[in-house]
Amino acid sequence: MCAPPAPEGSSTPTSSTPTPAAAAAPPGRVVLDAHDIARALSRISHEILERNKGADDLVLLGIPSRGVPLAHRIAERIAAVEGEAVPVGSLDITMYRDDLRMKPARALLPTEIPAGGVDGKTVVLVDDVLFSGRTIRAALDALGDIGRPRAVRLAVLVDRGHRELPIRADFVGKNLPTSLVERVRVTLAGIDDEDAVTIHGPAVPEVTE
Amino acid sequence: MNRHLLSAGDLTRDDAELILRTAAELRSLADRPIKKLPALRGRTVVNLFFEDSTRTRISFEAAAKRLSADVINFSAKGSSLSKGESLKDTALTLEAMGADAVVIRHGASGAPYRLAHSGWVHSSVVNAGDGTHEHPTQALLDAFTLWRHLGVGGGLDGRRIAIVGDVLHSRVARSNALLLRTLGAEVTLVAPPTLFPVGVDTWPVETSYDLDAVLPKADAVMMLRVQRERMNGGFFPTAREYSRRYGLDGRRMATLQDHTIVMHPGPMVRGMEITADVADSNRSVIVEQVTNGVAVRMAVLYLLLGGATPGSSAGGDE
Repeated sequence: MCAPPAPEGSSTPTSSTPTPAAAAAPPGRVVLDAHDIARALSRISHEILERNKGADDLVLLGIPSRGVPLAHRIAERIAAVEGEAVPVGSLDITMYRDDLRMKPARALLPTEIPAGGVDGKTVVLVDDVLFSGRTIRAALDALGDIGRPRAVRLAVLVDRGHRELPIRADFVGKNLPTSLVERVRVTLAGIDDEDAVTIHGPAVPEVTE
Repeated sequence: MNRHLLSAGDLTRDDAELILRTAAELRSLADRPIKKLPALRGRTVVNLFFEDSTRTRISFEAAAKRLSADVINFSAKGSSLSKGESLKDTALTLEAMGADAVVIRHGASGAPYRLAHSGWVHSSVVNAGDGTHEHPTQALLDAFTLWRHLGVGGGLDGRRIAIVGDVLHSRVARSNALLLRTLGAEVTLVAPPTLFPVGVDTWPVETSYDLDAVLPKADAVMMLRVQRERMNGGFFPTAREYSRRYGLDGRRMATLQDHTIVMHPGPMVRGMEITADVADSNRSVIVEQVTNGVAVRMAVLYLLLGGATPGSSAGGDE
């Protein structure tokens, strides 16, 4: 009975890009295919384990919508390596966004905190694209209202640069230098048709009002 | 969604489902250590209550506070209203104070509509019960409760809801009839002939005088309070006869299907429309309705006030 996540410009935390019109978008350049994504996630999983010296006290929190399946995939890989399941959840940041007042009220996405909570744990936030850093700022605020983790780390599939806040990722699938007019689109099987990361050039000239 | 919530009939199915889904997410907030979200920081919500109310006012107050809004409570007693101030002058005062939303309960049907459309205030208006007209947030919380119990996987399509009792004086019945119909449920109103309003045949519902015939088919039974404060006698011979024909007691409860739930918008009069053993039975979701009320009102306030106010901000200036 949970909300079906409204399709949203997950890779664009700020107002610069409109919601991608999936059907109308021109075919972009594929930067990562399904195999690349799988390899990147495997590497991230190992890096998380290495940094944490094992899977103890780890909690993975995906940021909806596409951070959540990524968090589950990382958890599967960690379980395969370490043999123990890592708690996975999701953290909706809608109400903590700094641009909440600039658009009509958005639908909320699911927040599910694993039963053990986050107090004293090492929380790894998982998102698809790191861009301005504003989403992560909001996520840190949201997390602070839920508990007090011992440490918070950030894992992203793609870091496209153009930070607007002093935030960096601990684990990065791929650094992707982009121009501000380009759009990065992450599709994941389960939500979308297939696994891919694509870059779309400056699309049809947007009519800015 | 509209800028105001005046009638349950104004909600499209999409609007109503958005509110219910949002409420479902917000309900989990009650389990967190910090029961607060920052979405309405710096916004002011005025609770303007011209009629007595306990749970609705407290529920709206809790909802607004959990969203970090500033709440101003304003009740008719102890305010200038008791000195004869008009609704218009009260409204102008609120406007001058910069209220972003006005939650209004009023004894006169249509008062919220007047407030919203008169041009007196620019805030969003939420109807918290007007006369014998409507009480949309109650209908939403009832729908939310039904949805949690009966709607697993498929919404309320085809579910049969019986609303029993003083339909004539009930704003809850009207709002529920409209909203539940929008959500696909089949509503049957049950009451003595004297307690049906004129024109009930134009409502999107079935009607019956026979409670015992309706109960075995119902998926949920909603009992209404007999509003004696709005009656000046003559609607039924005696209270005892009313409860015998239209009260829900243990014997009638035994004829319900196993999954059927019993609801009541409160305040209940035990022994009149519902007996204590039914109200305290495990079919009763009456206490849960109150909990759900806060989540639903949070969803309404968030969706009305959380985003950009139409016309006020151009947006995008970072």
